[in-house]
Amino acid sequence: MAAEGKTIDALSQFELVPVLGPIGRAVGFSQSNAHMLLAVGLITLLFMVGMRHRAVVPGRLQAAAEMLYEFVEGVLIGQVGHEGRRYFPFVFALFMFVLFGNMLGLLPYAFTYTSHIAVTLGLAVLVFLVTTIVALAIHGKKFFGYFFPEGAPLWLAPIIIPVEVVSYISRPISLSIRLFANMVAGHVMLKVFATFIVLIGSLGAVGFLGAALPLAVNVALIGFEILVAFLQAYVFAILTSIYLHDAVHLH
Amino acid sequence: MPRESKVEHRDGFDDRLRQARAKQGLDPDPAKAGGGLPTGPWGIGFRAGVEVVAALVAGAGLGFLLDRWLGTFPWLFLVFFLVGGAAGVLNVYRLFKPRPNAKP
Repeated sequence: MAAEGKTIDALSQFELVPVLGPIGRAVGFSQSNAHMLLAVGLITLLFMVGMRHRAVVPGRLQAAAEMLYEFVEGVLIGQVGHEGRRYFPFVFALFMFVLFGNMLGLLPYAFTYTSHIAVTLGLAVLVFLVTTIVALAIHGKKFFGYFFPEGAPLWLAPIIIPVEVVSYISRPISLSIRLFANMVAGHVMLKVFATFIVLIGSLGAVGFLGAALPLAVNVALIGFEILVAFLQAYVFAILTSIYLHDAVHLH
Repeated sequence: MPRESKVEHRDGFDDRLRQARAKQGLDPDPAKAGGGLPTGPWGIGFRAGVEVVAALVAGAGLGFLLDRWLGTFPWLFLVFFLVGGAAGVLNVYRLFKPRPNAKP
């Protein structure tokens, strides 16, 4: 698919294709949705099976489940403090969904649903709404004081307030662009170097030696992409925690 | 209290109890700074770039929507484009400003 007509076609991997035959086509059920369901199923499976025994000395799956749980808990408590505990299910669900989306996308034939701005922006808008509603619920009208720092001269208000409001609105945009851009860039690079392997490899005996170079690059890239997949899920979770901190403490 | 010190000596029970209490938020001061954003040069650079672009997009978008609502097409868009640039600088400033640690 990549080397058809000897061109580099790095973007067709992001196309949405309906699955499940005519039913999927009728309701617009794409492979992206299928992978989301798969991710949710795998997460549920990991925790149902992993925590089934509740052993004092955890087995492999239980250790994985507990590590993920404690990792996100540490991030959330470290940022928000102990009153952030009640938002743990929200942050944890987001983290797992993004993490599994990124990781599943690295498997051959799989689709990365986090490589679509529609998905990441949807998640980011959800974070934005939740943090805003939490702030309004806790602080009421005092929340709007967030947009005008105490002690600033009043005549600066016409400048400060729009800037603060735009800065606040830019949060979901930066949150979604960061994740989306990282995933797209990684997959495009992988595809480009994979195409080089095919193109150079088709040159015969010399090509086989030459193709080893982009192959080595791709091996390194895959390792790097696994790092990025985890890191971006972590960044998503920690930024959600930071926004929750701002919502709870309001400064 | 000889019995207590014996238990303490055997398996560090007091220590573990203290840790568990701090972890569950039962003690007032956990004194813990867990979590922090990655601070590599590439990570910081990319984050700063994204923050500026996002603020510009938000500013321009807000200005455009207000213009469409009020029917004053280019003006609010232009003003909010500049405001978005300022917000981008503010975002980058916040990125480097040390965050106050979460109070328990």
